[in-house]
Amino acid sequence: MTVTEERSVTEVGSPRRRKEDGRLVTGRTRWTDNISLPGMLHLAMVRSPMAHATITSIDVEAAKSSPGVVAVFTGADLGDEQGSLPCAWPITADQKAPPHPSIAVDTVNFAGEIVACIVARSAVAAKDAVELVDVEYDDLPVVVDMAAAAEGGNLTHPDLGTNVSATWVFDSAEAGTGGNVEDAIRDAEVLVERTYRQQRLIPAFMEPRSVVCDPTGEQTTLWSATQIPHILKLMLALTCGISESKLRVIAPDVGGGFGGKLQVTPEEVITLVVSRRLGKPCKYTETRSESLLAGHHGRDQIQKLTLSATREGIVTGLKVDLLADMGAYLGLVTPGVPILGAFMYNAIYKFPAYRFECRNIFTNKNWTDAYRGAGRPEATFAIERLMDELAVEIGVDPLEIRERNWIKHEEFPFSTVAGLEYDTGNYEAATARAKELFGYDALRAEQRERRESGDPVQLGIGVSTFTEMCGLAPSRVLGALSYGAGGWEHASIRMLPSGKVEVITGSSGHGQGHETAWSQIVADRLGVAFDDVEVLHGDTQISARGLDTYGSRSLTVGGMAVVAAADKVIEKARPIAAHLLEANADDLEFTGGKFNVRGTDSSIGIGDLALAVFAAHNMPDGVEPSLDAEATFDPENFSFPHGTHLCAVEVDTETGETKIRSYVCVDDIGKVVNPLIVEGQVHGGLVQGIAQALWEEAVYDDSGTLVTGSFVDYLVPSAADLPHFTTDRTESPSSTNALGVKGVGEAGTIASTPAVVNAVVDALRHLGIRDIEMPCSPHRVWSALQHRDGDGSSSGADTPTEKTFVDDDADPSHNAQLSGEGSGSGAAEQGGLA
Amino acid sequence: MIPVAFDYTAPSSVADAISALGSDSEEIKVLAGGQSLIPVLRLRLAAPTLLVDIGRIPELRGITDEGDAVVIGAMTTHAEVADSDLVKEHAGVLAKATETVADPQVRHRGTLGGSLVHADPAGDLPAPILALDAELVIAGADGERTVPAANFFHDMFATAVGDREILTKVRIPKHTGWGAHYEKFTRVAQQWSIVAVAATVKVDGGSISAAKVALTNMGATPIRATGVEQALLGRAAAGDTVKQAASSAAEGTNPPTDTNGDASYRRHLANVLTRRAVLAAAAS
Repeated sequence: MTVTEERSVTEVGSPRRRKEDGRLVTGRTRWTDNISLPGMLHLAMVRSPMAHATITSIDVEAAKSSPGVVAVFTGADLGDEQGSLPCAWPITADQKAPPHPSIAVDTVNFAGEIVACIVARSAVAAKDAVELVDVEYDDLPVVVDMAAAAEGGNLTHPDLGTNVSATWVFDSAEAGTGGNVEDAIRDAEVLVERTYRQQRLIPAFMEPRSVVCDPTGEQTTLWSATQIPHILKLMLALTCGISESKLRVIAPDVGGGFGGKLQVTPEEVITLVVSRRLGKPCKYTETRSESLLAGHHGRDQIQKLTLSATREGIVTGLKVDLLADMGAYLGLVTPGVPILGAFMYNAIYKFPAYRFECRNIFTNKNWTDAYRGAGRPEATFAIERLMDELAVEIGVDPLEIRERNWIKHEEFPFSTVAGLEYDTGNYEAATARAKELFGYDALRAEQRERRESGDPVQLGIGVSTFTEMCGLAPSRVLGALSYGAGGWEHASIRMLPSGKVEVITGSSGHGQGHETAWSQIVADRLGVAFDDVEVLHGDTQISARGLDTYGSRSLTVGGMAVVAAADKVIEKARPIAAHLLEANADDLEFTGGKFNVRGTDSSIGIGDLALAVFAAHNMPDGVEPSLDAEATFDPENFSFPHGTHLCAVEVDTETGETKIRSYVCVDDIGKVVNPLIVEGQVHGGLVQGIAQALWEEAVYDDSGTLVTGSFVDYLVPSAADLPHFTTDRTESPSSTNALGVKGVGEAGTIASTPAVVNAVVDALRHLGIRDIEMPCSPHRVWSALQHRDGDGSSSGADTPTEKTFVDDDADPSHNAQLSGEGSGSGAAEQGGLA
Repeated sequence: MIPVAFDYTAPSSVADAISALGSDSEEIKVLAGGQSLIPVLRLRLAAPTLLVDIGRIPELRGITDEGDAVVIGAMTTHAEVADSDLVKEHAGVLAKATETVADPQVRHRGTLGGSLVHADPAGDLPAPILALDAELVIAGADGERTVPAANFFHDMFATAVGDREILTKVRIPKHTGWGAHYEKFTRVAQQWSIVAVAATVKVDGGSISAAKVALTNMGATPIRATGVEQALLGRAAAGDTVKQAASSAAEGTNPPTDTNGDASYRRHLANVLTRRAVLAAAAS
């Protein structure tokens, strides 16, 4: 039922409940795995338990004769038809990449790689046959450690002759955006050198990946739980040698992605090829175990950082030497993920010199690729940890050191040392508001008291003043970075004769709330009721053009395309309205969904015009009977949301346990379309970033086996583990788009990780702790405290705690202030023995 | 994931259950709530040919007062145990441990007997049962036998219950007036215990007159911290004395090493958590 109301309030800015949530929350909708087609066959994958081996034989006879089994395919069976999975981002001209068959042919390069595919009449029959496939392997040396791999030794891909896929450099001196960082280091009054590790993470989206392919029509239709139906369509056509016009890809409702569904997967290619071979619809749905094992992973970098500064704490240069673990293959945008970070290490600061060098390394592990924030959380973590370390070196408050270096609000627009132009921002305002909400001074006072009394539970305060580049992306910038596509977005609007409006967006939502937000924008723009707007997306036959959803781009780019399409509708309607009102088009104004003849009460509504155009009985000469319009928007620049996040933690020095006491974030994401959706994005983002700081880590053992292969060991937090979040906003509208919006999908994830780790380290700083490797588990915290006491026997032998102390400060003289107050207090001694 | 196909039977009496267990099916598993068994089946880590579901046997369910003991039927759910006034009053440490098991959904499906016979080293209920010196009643083709908790847990996932037997009830001597606490250490709320300590103590005039302490996940089976129990006797229920007594909690344990911590960390945790558990029990 539709409620038609007199439109007096604007939709944009109102906390509308999400119109899609009824069906998403109850699950009464079409997910890929719900789809069942007549005669549909079911696929199950046989996966390698070996991380690196030659396949010497595969015996599929027993599996083939298992009840219900229709066929079994190996890599050799699929041959050229499976092609090689695409990588759309060759970051250098000489980038090395191995062929990437969907089903391994001669060798397997990570544990979990597919070696055969069972096709059966039921999912059960397919599963039953998996263990009947007999694969013989010859072991090859397994490369697990990226730092060792970078130095040579055993090779992940012997044919490539190296484990280094590519080396990518940005140098501000060469780019003409700043000075020479080596000069800055040479002349430094203060140097801070640190190495941080971004542990490997698993996206852990709620809906496992699923794909259904129907080859029985003139066009082959493929449904997939994907973020990128448009890119997937093109890439599948190119990979498998199918005419693009013979493929239709549909992303029905999709249950989350976080970048984990920004991929062209082996499972999609296999389902497509097998269904076409057999001429039957086929379905594959992964188990949660397969999702953790073989859905692409994220992060996994080692960051060696050198920051030079004056004695007053003014940063003079930053040098970043990065190792990025690709895993065994290059996925869709794998090599580009660290490059997205390259532009963000200077963050909100005015660094005069900057150099970034990244080496992309192959190892025998699942491949990494985009995961919420993709490169930017890593960069933000590094610089925000470093700024806290610099504050300690200089002996000032961490907020003070930031203020001395950040871009002042009156200095915008600001060209950064990484070559970006930040359009707007106000770091002072967001920080002042966050401090006030947090009760910063009172918490610092309590921290002093606890230190002085040797409280076994110490208080730490962490700061993160982040920015990010959103709205991926200006196509010319992507071109300059050798990315294989543009960054525009498309939208079209169909005005239906009943007055309803269909909005088609190329941005493929998978839980973000596009349907609600786009409805609000169009309701305001066209003056129609919120409930009269229907948003369609995800089907390449309905939404023919699009570049999908990732990189906080939907609203800043896709939303702008919707605005442009709506404006075209109005302009197409204007001459028709003038004709029907017998007025001059120049005398018409469009407000509240109506064209009015200025100075009269003569008007006609946009819905009436849609009906008039449908009938087409009375059109002006030479005007087509249609109000429908489409538009493509290519942004001129990125948008740059920012914010100040403050976190207080209590660290139990007896057990090493960290509890978040309070968390305040004040984000500036520009104009807001729907504050309720923003709040949801911020909360979810915070949780994901905090989880990296404290809980989540994908761990491989020396043989390349994923140890954290289930949610028993891969710790995803629940609401019970998290505090109340205090959130607020300041608003500096973006000047790079007419909506003034900046993007919020990744903000919380990017900002929260360093805020939490800074807080943990701050709690223990006076006990001699300068770093805790992520995730800051109780065991790692406790081991660090033991290590400090020289009790080496207490540190972990079988878990990676030895690396807990990253003790690579170049010059001990710079650390004179590190010992601080109350070192060797009773707290740590209590930590050693109950 | 989909389990391998199996036969299923749901007997309505203990006698029928024993008879089903005596059938000649190749591999028989008892379903007693399924909180551990179903995931194992779905991951295809086990492929039984017959599941005997004992969750529909009325005589296995309920909590009764039998004078000097509280008797809990093996198929009594965690929710029923945690909510029981009888258990709270006379076997407080079991009630407190049971409250910490997983989440409300699991506590309404999982059963005390299922947890005990599954005997996961990180499971929360074996330690309080051991601490309370409970007796476990096992039924088989030859009738019933009673095994003290100290002899019940044989190894990781192995107990005194034989292949063709079921646990029918747990008899817990009343610990009326004893303080009780279960100190559980996890990294996230939904997680097996990294280490946990069940403590129940009797305090007379400020000093501890009796103490029972058992450890979760400090070895293949739950372990009584007998050294701690003895050291606590006659001592004040206060920080320093309890801390000293608790410092021997990890003696003789053989804890595992995994992604949550190594053995030495777990030994350290056992000491800290034992101190906390005993102090909290004495104050409760």
